[in-house]
Amino acid sequence: MEVSEVSKNKKLLIDGVPFNVESVDFVKPGKGRAIYHLKLRNLLNGILSEPTYHSGDKFDEATITVRDMQYLYEEHGHYHFMDTESFEQHIMNEENVGDKKLYLKDSLGVQVMMWEDRPIDLILPKAVELKIIETESAMKGATVTAQQKLARLETGLEIGVPAFIKEGDTVRISTITGAYVERVG
Amino acid sequence: MDIWRLSEKFDNLKLRAEILRLTRSFLYSRGYLEIETPALAECPIPEACIEPIETTRGRLLPSPELYMKQLLAAGSGDIYQICHSFRKNEKGRQHREEFTLLEYYRVGGNYLQLAAETEALVIGLSEATRNSSRINYQGMSIDLSPPWRRLSVAEAYMSACGWNPITVDDLERFDLDLATGVAGLSRERPLILYDFPAGMASLARLKPEDPSLAERTEIFIGGLEIANIFSELTDPGEQRKRFEIEIKSAEKQNRSAALPEEFLESLKSLPEAAGGALGIDRLVMLFCDAASIDEVVAF
Repeated sequence: MEVSEVSKNKKLLIDGVPFNVESVDFVKPGKGRAIYHLKLRNLLNGILSEPTYHSGDKFDEATITVRDMQYLYEEHGHYHFMDTESFEQHIMNEENVGDKKLYLKDSLGVQVMMWEDRPIDLILPKAVELKIIETESAMKGATVTAQQKLARLETGLEIGVPAFIKEGDTVRISTITGAYVERVG
Repeated sequence: MDIWRLSEKFDNLKLRAEILRLTRSFLYSRGYLEIETPALAECPIPEACIEPIETTRGRLLPSPELYMKQLLAAGSGDIYQICHSFRKNEKGRQHREEFTLLEYYRVGGNYLQLAAETEALVIGLSEATRNSSRINYQGMSIDLSPPWRRLSVAEAYMSACGWNPITVDDLERFDLDLATGVAGLSRERPLILYDFPAGMASLARLKPEDPSLAERTEIFIGGLEIANIFSELTDPGEQRKRFEIEIKSAEKQNRSAALPEEFLESLKSLPEAAGGALGIDRLVMLFCDAASIDEVVAF
């Protein structure tokens, strides 16, 4: 693939290492050659780099497969998942899970991106249901806006919720915006 | 596009309209005649790094330069136009395939004089729209008051990147360092970069006293390349040779380009002149503090 065809979220294989393209910026002098600033995340260690390429530079695409899995548990920064078809267990480390760990609760169904049998990234469902473990009565004055107060969820995630939400309620949270959607119980 | 997204752009579009009105008024007051030339034609400037958009009836022009110089050769005097121009595959935060160019020619002037006139235009826009010679752009506070910083290509590259492109021939490194190093010299004050290597002269004349340099300037503000200005080459033989090199280089990229014979013929009558191309969208980005060109055009 030519650098001009690289777009956000493409997976590239550079020197044998898979990278996710986080962003592409194109700059071109008025009379000169095109320059591409890429933001690449190393899918093995989570480290971000910002290399520069010229038009004409070529890449191999990393072959990524996606499998349905169930989240099991976390231990010492290792996140355990089970393939729902083969029942194989896979372990992801904290760098690969990133902020998505704040949506992981036991038995959650997720999709896991695999590169050469290694789990490298997670695709969460669009929304997850989590229980409120602490909100305003315990967290005094923890208001977010006039209409919202701060609440802590069972995974450690902190979000703004409407005033009528109580401890012990279960709420639906969007994993895309990180915002409260509705009360479910 | 969602209607609410369009309505979010109204403030920027109003400032854009104001900048266009003030630019026309500035050029009118200085004796420039506004003209229009076709956007669709058979033969654009053959340039290795600029690819025109092909249609079934010709090519959408990357620049109106050739037509405008034919008018100059015919004796039009100082002229300008504000037009859409088209460059294939140029898409990014600072680029669109279809963008708005101010192209302007001053008969009898040279590149440094036209750069000074461009400086006056931008300062005038700032004073008229903001009552100030300072603008804030993407976290930078830029002082537009004159005189702007003027650096030769040799000085700027030595200071920002530690090498001299006039003595070391490395065009690949030139473009990269321009985008990542030299452009950054314009974060606090605009930069007028002048005297390019002769190999990057394009349609500019070489300096009579030093033919290793081309009479070309580029203006950068807040890291954005705003304008490209030449003392125009009036020698058809020399221009033909440069175009032939560009055509060979385009053919290596499997593109066809042709010699614009009509233009080369008119070049014999071209008076001594300076010409500039200024990116209107980028200028509006600066005044609107917009990170992306998409924020300053409606569609």
